[in-house]
Amino acid sequence: MNTRLTRSWYTLPYTLWIVFFVIAPIVLVVYYSFLDINGDFSFVNYQKFFTPVYLTMTLSSFWYAFLITFFSFLVAYPTAYLLTKTKHKQLWLLLIIVPSWINLLLKAYAFLGIFGTYGISNQLLEAIGIGTQQILFTDFSFIFISVYIFIPFMILPIFNSLNELNPTLIDAANDLGASKWTTFTRVIFPMTIEGVKSGIQVTFIPALSLFMLTRLIAGNRVITLGTAIEQHFLVTQDWGMGSTIAVFLIIIMFAIMAVTGTRKRGV
Amino acid sequence: MERKTSKLTNVFLMIIFFILYAPIFFLIYYSFNSGGTMYHFESFTLDWYKELFSDMRLLIIVLNTLVVALLSALFATIIGVIGALAIHEVKKRSIRNGLLSLNNVLIVSPDVIIGASFLILFTISGYKLGFYSVLLSHIAFSVPIVVLMVLPKLSEMSSSLVDAARDLGASTWEVLIKVILPFISPGIMAGFFMALTYSLDDFAVTFFVTGNGFSTLSVEIYSLARRGVSLNINALSALLFLFTILLVVVYYFITQRQKLNAVGVKK
Repeated sequence: MNTRLTRSWYTLPYTLWIVFFVIAPIVLVVYYSFLDINGDFSFVNYQKFFTPVYLTMTLSSFWYAFLITFFSFLVAYPTAYLLTKTKHKQLWLLLIIVPSWINLLLKAYAFLGIFGTYGISNQLLEAIGIGTQQILFTDFSFIFISVYIFIPFMILPIFNSLNELNPTLIDAANDLGASKWTTFTRVIFPMTIEGVKSGIQVTFIPALSLFMLTRLIAGNRVITLGTAIEQHFLVTQDWGMGSTIAVFLIIIMFAIMAVTGTRKRGV
Repeated sequence: MERKTSKLTNVFLMIIFFILYAPIFFLIYYSFNSGGTMYHFESFTLDWYKELFSDMRLLIIVLNTLVVALLSALFATIIGVIGALAIHEVKKRSIRNGLLSLNNVLIVSPDVIIGASFLILFTISGYKLGFYSVLLSHIAFSVPIVVLMVLPKLSEMSSSLVDAARDLGASTWEVLIKVILPFISPGIMAGFFMALTYSLDDFAVTFFVTGNGFSTLSVEIYSLARRGVSLNINALSALLFLFTILLVVVYYFITQRQKLNAVGVKK
């Protein structure tokens, strides 16, 4: 039919995009994960991955991502909640979002000055008598700066789900004699769990793969899966091993999506 | 909400806003420092700005970044709109969900994986790394966000609108240009702006697919920041902050105006 023909003609660019930039890259990564450093087919990369070196790295990467997500959530939920209570909440939300539009590297760079040996935070510590501390290149600075970067991304989905919450539900809970805490744990939090889940999604997965921060801030002390992939691709040129780690990262990603995925069908 | 925002609420939100903005203003403040560090403010100077504007290499990089952002946003918008139309026309639920999942792969994938897999893709197809590989990658990762911005607008549109146009003798092409596109234009605009900011902000993907001769601002900032503190970067960040604010204001006004228009139409 005529319409079908025009349809297939005009959908061509999009189809090509899916084939070349969605399917092909994944296939290529999987293919490369089976190539050793000489380009021969082998399982050596997978054997290597299951050695303590890489397993420890994966675990620590997970641990950091967990901490980053956890602290982001701890800050983001009350912020989002309080934001919904303000007048002009959309404007305040916009102001929360603006810093996320400033280049991530610039923000990381700012902390070189803030956390540096002679930086403002050390001047403060000096003034109150604690004395200069090594802040930069520690776990603390890595987690703090990552949390700083991810907070807006965590706030946004939580704010949206809190904003959609029907206030009559809270009134109902009050009328039925629920305390503030009970209202929160039994009504507000469960009703906004979808926002929390998408907040976790947009924080946890990127946190597993941050590599520029580990280079700039953590002084190569923290190695995440992302750092390892970058290292293998751009420094040691061992694309096979890099791809193997990437395959695991993709698997982890799908697992997280499955766990935090929206279950709208059941509702 | 009846309840007034308590003092504690305001204090908490103020602390959050302070933390979010402090590093940015810290950077800007020290861009006027005649001393070469971010530790000790000597006296006010515009030298770093002068140096910035006399740095031809950096100006070319800024230009590159803008060209890549505008072109990639433009192409991504075109492909994305086509994609949204295609997905919208698919009536079968399973195929539609499949297409949507494929569409979302690049949104949920960590940047490192996108970068690494595109690097393999370009290398295997014998494509030289440089301007075009960066541009193609930026188009590729911006397409899905445009689709996601346009799709809701398409589903908002009642099908009787299209039927009416058909009954009045409009061809498929005319329906598209005169009915569908104007209706979904807010989504298209939002998609374009998102693609623009994605491109301006991207570091990780560009870092993988950029060759030796070509660089964008993020990649340049990364290599500068790795060498340590240089107040050029501060001056640059001040200018970028102003630019971002400008972009936010423009975007805000465009969306506000569209909201007003939409209200006008409904009346």
